[in-house]
Amino acid sequence: MIESISIALEQPKHEPPTGWRRYFGFSTDHKVIGIQYLVTSFAFFLIGGLLSMVMRAELITPESDLLDRSLYNSMFTMHGTIMIFLWIFPSLVGLANYLVPLMIGARDMAFPRLNAVAFWLVPVFGILLMASFFLPGGTAQAGWWSYPPVSTQNPTGNLITGEAVWILAIAISGVSSIMGAVNFVTTIVRMRAPGMTYFRMPAYVWAVLSAQLIQLAALPALTAGAVMLLFDIVAGTAFFDPERGGNPVLFQHFFWFYSHPAVYVMALPAFGIFSEILPVYARKPLFGYRVVAVSSLLISVVSVLVWVHHMYASGTPGWMRMLFMFSTMLVAVPTGVKVFAWVATVWRGKLRLDTPMLFCLGAIMMFVFAGITGVMLASVPVDIHVNNTYFVVGHFHYIVYGTITMAMFAALYHWFPKITGRMYYEGLGKLHFVLAFVGTNLCFLPMHLAGLHGMVRRVSSYDPEFAFSNVLASLGGFLLGMSTLPFILNMVGAWVQGKPAPDNPWRAIGLEWMVSSPPPVENFEELPIVISGPYGYGKSEPLVSNEAALKPH
Amino acid sequence: MNVKTISLLVVLVSLSLLASLWMGQQAYTWLPPQASAESKLVDDLFSFLVVLGSFIFLGITGTLLYTMLTQQASRFDLSDGPPIEGSVTLEVVWTVIPVLLVFWIAGYSYQVYQQMAIRGPMDIVHMHMGTPSAYAAAADAEPIEEIDVLAKQWSWAFHYPQQNVTTSELHLPVDRRVRLSMTSEDVIHGFYIPAFRLKQDILPKRTIEFEFTPVREGKYRLDDSQFSGTYFAVMQADVLVESPEHYSQWLTTVAKGDRVPAVNSAYTEYNTRQEKGIRPGWPTIKPAAPPLVNQG
Repeated sequence: MIESISIALEQPKHEPPTGWRRYFGFSTDHKVIGIQYLVTSFAFFLIGGLLSMVMRAELITPESDLLDRSLYNSMFTMHGTIMIFLWIFPSLVGLANYLVPLMIGARDMAFPRLNAVAFWLVPVFGILLMASFFLPGGTAQAGWWSYPPVSTQNPTGNLITGEAVWILAIAISGVSSIMGAVNFVTTIVRMRAPGMTYFRMPAYVWAVLSAQLIQLAALPALTAGAVMLLFDIVAGTAFFDPERGGNPVLFQHFFWFYSHPAVYVMALPAFGIFSEILPVYARKPLFGYRVVAVSSLLISVVSVLVWVHHMYASGTPGWMRMLFMFSTMLVAVPTGVKVFAWVATVWRGKLRLDTPMLFCLGAIMMFVFAGITGVMLASVPVDIHVNNTYFVVGHFHYIVYGTITMAMFAALYHWFPKITGRMYYEGLGKLHFVLAFVGTNLCFLPMHLAGLHGMVRRVSSYDPEFAFSNVLASLGGFLLGMSTLPFILNMVGAWVQGKPAPDNPWRAIGLEWMVSSPPPVENFEELPIVISGPYGYGKSEPLVSNEAALKPH
Repeated sequence: MNVKTISLLVVLVSLSLLASLWMGQQAYTWLPPQASAESKLVDDLFSFLVVLGSFIFLGITGTLLYTMLTQQASRFDLSDGPPIEGSVTLEVVWTVIPVLLVFWIAGYSYQVYQQMAIRGPMDIVHMHMGTPSAYAAAADAEPIEEIDVLAKQWSWAFHYPQQNVTTSELHLPVDRRVRLSMTSEDVIHGFYIPAFRLKQDILPKRTIEFEFTPVREGKYRLDDSQFSGTYFAVMQADVLVESPEHYSQWLTTVAKGDRVPAVNSAYTEYNTRQEKGIRPGWPTIKPAAPPLVNQG
């Protein structure tokens, strides 16, 4: 019985630093680590965004006239890598780090030191990756898929190449993610407060659990593929070298066996954010809570069975294409269930269109669009035409920016008062939303058209017939870049001199809103005893039986 | 629900349906000309998906926008909405309908793929489930035109084995089934002709057979569709679909021509930069020597 195991009595030898200093040290407080993740990843988001604006500047004219082609190839490789491994993953992990223990009524994560180590690996591999810009051969240039044999070609002949550094960075990122996943799964399974049964957990916690289970199950495939690729580059093995009997398509299987589920590792927490925020601003319970919660798990299960849809035009046989077409389309069912549940949650609600709600609703609309183009892409004959074109680029940016990053902004605004103890400025928030929503659609919608006409992705120059779509996309891209300015101004300004926030400014239901803003070091004075489900809007039943005892007196 | 609500709903659904059908017609204009038999099948499937997708998109965003516009709480209204926690009927409906749609879309796509038969007629025959497996066009009567495709960094070469002709542009006879035997010398490349809606990766040390039927005379573009390194973007070739007479005439003329190195964008760009001493960015794999092609 786990209950009978007592907590180790060993105490830290000296007091950890307080104030701003703690954010630069090896803190084991999940809230400090959460903020460390969020701020670090946001810095990389700005770097990745700058690289994308350089790309959009090159692509505003058809000719290759701004950058050398090798530099352009580096730009899209690094942009993709940074945005996935240094923005979306760590920012979502940061948010989950901050929220999950609070939401389930725990005082910290299950393994606080492991948590801190997992975080500190992020700046390590981030800086490593950035350092590859200074190598004589430059950074990796084979795209974030890093398909061999292109990725194993080495014009400089040096042992330390951008590609080798890239693989190393990805491997470290994988280690960090697995550490995080072990920690989240353990925390959610073992550390829930008394009375917090699985079906009383907020839908966000369900989403995080499902996402982290995918990490545990699928990440080893990418790590194995990356190690084999590294050996091919530095040790002369021939796993993927067709000249010596290797098979380059095998790498694609390793890569996508993880990297498709990885999309759900990124998307599920975003779905969780929608499920969490909509009820608050619609003043209604989440519609079909149990179904929404379980659909997260269903999505994780189906997500590991769809990877070949990235390889329809690759060296795959017809039966494989057909089988994976079917499994891929099945993902639409649990995802559709979620979307319908969100719409039903908002329906007949008492809506408050504050910034977090606007970001959520905008993101859901863009997600519906991306889901529809996703089903088109799942259809093999259509995909054979648009595979590796800008149609795909447009589609997945509606997911990674239009859905996930917008959800991230919604979450940052919604929990900003809790995290900082200050209120953000509503006007700047709304301005940010308008710029981001217009920018996203202006940047990524025309890409679909270019792709349908046959503009291949990853090109550093293109035929003049695509010029119009590309000018629009570039303008949208620059607008998107500008849209982060009011956000930064808002966050920094409000944190420094914003109005002090009450414990529960949104009248939201949830354990995190029952403690002070920001919460004290160990969150709860006394552990909450949960007596009802997570979304009791419109019902006057208390969430816990000991609300008064949660805060120190 | 009263009669008024029901008739309003019927009107709204019909309007969305009309709008979606219109979008489905527009979808054809978002695509390049239909230059292969396969492209017609793909476009019809795409148009069908656009109709379906538009209807779903309009339904969901319409509902959301309507809610946003009409159901905002006033500033001082601190009450909650009705505590509706779910509805088993609705949840069953919106699970079963998508499942049926998935079967429909997957079945239709399967049928189209089977009809395209781009990897040869036997490709998925062992999971044949009663769908007609015919060639896309009525091309099965015609003899098949065999052409070898060789891709390397960063050039295309097309070899016509019967006449022993090699060229850097792909000439094809109209309305005749073409079978390509494609291979790569170095990395993975992709064979993609947007006007044909067809794409296939080309792997080093492996020959991949690929079939289709051009149906419209004209000049089209072949792109490399799988990222192949520094000069990936300029690895293009012209595709000329010609009448059978024109085509055989061209083959006879060109068979007499001498073999000379082809004009190649990547090779030219690389060498111009080297000569002018333009700092060539980061080191790159040198473009392979252009293929030797028959002078036309």
